[in-house]
Amino acid sequence: MKKIIACGFHCIKIKDLGVSFGEQQVLENINLHIHCGQISAVIGRNGAGKSTLVKAILDEVPHTGEILFKNKMDNTIQGLRIGYVPQTVNIDRTTPLSVYDMFQSFTGKLPILVKTKNEHEHVKAALAEFDVDGLIDQPVGTLSGGQLQRVLLAMAVHDTPNLLLLDEPVSGIDKNGMDDFYEKMQYLKETHDLAIILVSHDLDYVYKYADNVILIDKTVTAAGKPKQVFESEAFKRVFGKGATGEVEVNANV
Amino acid sequence: MFSEMFSYAFMVRATIAILLISPLFGMVGTMIVQKRMAYFSDALGHSALTGIAAGVIMGIANTTISMIIFGICFALLLNYISRKGLSSSDTLISVFASCATALGLAILSRGGSFANYSAILVGDILSITASEIIQLIVLFAVILVFWCVSINRLTAISIHATLAKSRSISVRIMEDAFAVLIALLVMLSIKWVGILLINALLILPAASSRNISDNFREYTYLSIIFSIFSGIVGLFVSYFTDMATGPMIVIIASVIYFATYIYGKDR
Repeated sequence: MKKIIACGFHCIKIKDLGVSFGEQQVLENINLHIHCGQISAVIGRNGAGKSTLVKAILDEVPHTGEILFKNKMDNTIQGLRIGYVPQTVNIDRTTPLSVYDMFQSFTGKLPILVKTKNEHEHVKAALAEFDVDGLIDQPVGTLSGGQLQRVLLAMAVHDTPNLLLLDEPVSGIDKNGMDDFYEKMQYLKETHDLAIILVSHDLDYVYKYADNVILIDKTVTAAGKPKQVFESEAFKRVFGKGATGEVEVNANV
Repeated sequence: MFSEMFSYAFMVRATIAILLISPLFGMVGTMIVQKRMAYFSDALGHSALTGIAAGVIMGIANTTISMIIFGICFALLLNYISRKGLSSSDTLISVFASCATALGLAILSRGGSFANYSAILVGDILSITASEIIQLIVLFAVILVFWCVSINRLTAISIHATLAKSRSISVRIMEDAFAVLIALLVMLSIKWVGILLINALLILPAASSRNISDNFREYTYLSIIFSIFSGIVGLFVSYFTDMATGPMIVIIASVIYFATYIYGKDR
């Protein structure tokens, strides 16, 4: 994987994004500015529209408004390549797919009915960046939550995307795994020219690692630096004052 | 013993037909099982009756054509309605399958003539003709090419459709193409295998292979091997015991399934 220093010249602009399912307006007037080399965390209560926002960015649900990927140097609009990491994948324990198979099915040109040494090495190198190269021949169904997460991350950053989009990627992972995960995010934003949007429930981690926090409740109710958002009235309304106190204590540890 | 068997032209043709159909069943079955579409392919098999009925009503002499056209429309319709997400897809498939079967049976039984069509229920591989074998060769080539080109994308969709979409895989087109492919395979082989058993042949080899495979290559190749093995051994056993071929193939495929299940459990 080529290491690129974040250039700061690209940004993703979300303008007036809205989503409605039938009569029900789920998201409206979402305006966001996401910069490369930064982690933007999306937080909000259950049902606030966080996952819908992810789906809208992926074009999975019909939406109004637009999502632009701009080069600030010459103001041109470019095609946005998204590396997406879902919460989990539909694989049961007995699924006959190795990590190599899963990786290749999403990224490879060679049919997974054959395996060449070259391709195997190539996938192994991509997995090595997330310290999971040893799992390459293991069935995907036998991986732990944390291991699967790293494999999915390796897949997501494989084609050097512009935007890494993570939908609550650490559900079901223990504290050590969480620390590892967020440190990896830190590493990715510093070494790859990546904007990271992370939907998360883990407020103390968000406080510690995110560069920007976006609080959503149907629309953006607060956005800015973590401290700014966590002290906002909108935040207190959703998470209560206790959460803010707890977050600050944890963040200071 | 075998030389006597192969002195009959129909046995030679049946063996060739099985060597063509069974690897396709083994291969396509892996993705049907992986995508949990067993019910879908079963419904498609039942819709063959309606396809024949439609051909009879419209006065088409070659009912294979009406079966294929009806099968493709039926498969695409099922996909379309499943995507709407109005009802759970197994309920929906069941409703459509029963409806199609009833319609087919009603039309074909008009004037007490269903006996003319009852052969389609169990199939008869021994009646295959040389020109029909050529159809199977074309089908074999088409599916093989489709498989090599699409297997990665189909697998990716089976793992996570949204993730696949985020990597520019056209989920809808691939799902429809796969449904059409199943329709083609089912309709072109149903005369030889029979409506009652065709799904068993699609599902059993893949399910057996799944019991003991760790990766996709083992899964595919073992499924193909199990399928060819059951097909050929089933044909020979049926010849020597003078029993119907289709059921014998399914019995052997089932034995393989239980053996791999027991073996796989202890892994």
